[in-house]
Amino acid sequence: MKICVLVKEVPDAAVEKRINPSTGRMDRSGEKNLNPYDTHAIEAAMQLREGGEVEVDEIVAVTMGPESAVRALHKAVSLGADRSLHLSDDALAGSDVAATGYALAKALEKESPDLVLLGQQSDDGECYTIGAVVADHLKMPSLTQVIKLDIEDGALRLERQAEYGYDTVKVRFPAVISVGDAINEPRYPSLKAIMGAKKKPLENVTAGEIGIDLSLVGAEGSRVQCGEFHAPPAKAAGQIIEDEDTNETVEKIVAWLDERKLI
Amino acid sequence: MADVLVYVLHYEGAFNKNSLGAVSEGAARAAEIGGEAHAVVVGGADLTDELCSTLGAYGATKVFRAQGPEGLAQPVVDVMDKVISEHGHSYALFGGGLLGFEIGAGLAARKQAGVTMEVTAVKADGGKLIAERPILGDSQISVSRYQGDLGIIIGRINAFEVRRGDGEAEVVDIDVEYSAFTGQAEMISRGEQRGADVDIEGADILVAGGRGLGKAEGFELCKELAGAFNNAAVAATRAVVDAGWYPYAAQIGQTGKTVSPKLYLAAGISGAIQHKVGMQSSENIVAINKDKNAPIFEFADLGIVGDLNKVLPKLTEAIKAKRGS
Repeated sequence: MKICVLVKEVPDAAVEKRINPSTGRMDRSGEKNLNPYDTHAIEAAMQLREGGEVEVDEIVAVTMGPESAVRALHKAVSLGADRSLHLSDDALAGSDVAATGYALAKALEKESPDLVLLGQQSDDGECYTIGAVVADHLKMPSLTQVIKLDIEDGALRLERQAEYGYDTVKVRFPAVISVGDAINEPRYPSLKAIMGAKKKPLENVTAGEIGIDLSLVGAEGSRVQCGEFHAPPAKAAGQIIEDEDTNETVEKIVAWLDERKLI
Repeated sequence: MADVLVYVLHYEGAFNKNSLGAVSEGAARAAEIGGEAHAVVVGGADLTDELCSTLGAYGATKVFRAQGPEGLAQPVVDVMDKVISEHGHSYALFGGGLLGFEIGAGLAARKQAGVTMEVTAVKADGGKLIAERPILGDSQISVSRYQGDLGIIIGRINAFEVRRGDGEAEVVDIDVEYSAFTGQAEMISRGEQRGADVDIEGADILVAGGRGLGKAEGFELCKELAGAFNNAAVAATRAVVDAGWYPYAAQIGQTGKTVSPKLYLAAGISGAIQHKVGMQSSENIVAINKDKNAPIFEFADLGIVGDLNKVLPKLTEAIKAKRGS
């Protein structure tokens, strides 16, 4: 079985995120790191390999992004991926979710994986949906926010929390599964793995090389334009009580609640 | 023609509240751009004519009904693809939640359409719909404008108000040939309840505990306070659920549940954005935290800077006394 893990480079959580006013896109300069949610997807792949229920021949980390995104791939490899694939092309810059999903699907087609794993969301764009876009292009079944993943009778047995409680879903391969961060506790890479990550095979591809239709990607090919950024309406400041005499504080809280008929 | 197709989720013979809000929103916005709102439902025998026609009361003029598996996104993508191809809807609207995200994204791929998620407001502008989405920890609003034949709008949970009037919708049955890959996923069990009697979504009042409780036993203070109110339940933040202090089913926030009770009383919760998105639409927010710089005080209606170990027990007694009187 071949598993592809989709990974993404995101601004470090400590960096304040902002929109670049001239491009209307997120300013992705500054310190970057592997999207923390993706480490759970890599860990899930590693646990499948180590679990022995299926024979995992290869784990391939796949990303789309500028040259700097190679660091996310190195991190993914240090966490256990065997090699990586980097889709990078100026024509892809500014792609919206649908365009990004399409481009990633084309990259994955080249690999023909049995299983595509990804994290439930990216730490920057707050988008939960890329897995479902990729799956539809690949004509594979898909489930997101999976918190338990097992193999049973040669198929995936998945659990997740949905609108009405926990659902258990059986999914036959090939499939695209996005995992929630409650699924596992990602391991830390060993020093040896970190040092060796740059030596693992890394393939670079451009949009043209994998048959991406350029009219469907990039800012021009995206069907949704985001802009006109503005501040949300300010909420009236609430009342603050510094607790000095707790009896008095509680009296005030009770009066406040009572006024609003909450008791 | 600028019709809006709204996906309506149901479970055990009842429609989802967020979906009903989306129908109301779709009807109001469609009217502004010279169109109608139609609903689409996918499921089994519980989707009776009678039940489906009630969607008319929320503003749908037609309900497209397909027989198919419930609780999975991809069958609904197949259905909506067919309905939109045949009827030429300009927008697809979802009330939020996990399935809405999945279906909307799958549909975007299928129809090469633009998609915006976490939408908090939809507006008509020049005969088209635009969608507003908070970004960067809700510090900015981004406006989405769509190109092409179809725009997909996925609401944030609780973003759309349910408005019930009267009227009945026409129910139209459709036959759909499902994609082969749709059949690769099969629901084994749906809606299993875990973490016992935790029903945080139905409660009028939530007492939520965070890391500031100090230890798992700190939840006793929350439980006692909840017990003093009528129809109150205890909820928790991601951090304490991860720490094993409280069941996952009670988790509020980005990766947990979204709630909007009459009163949200946050004890020892700092108010990180991941938590805020799950509770910010609560009618009244009271926060108790010993750190006066905690972000929760920026959006609490009443903030108590103090030690919850002192405040909560006395508050519990005071509420009991008040309700007893």
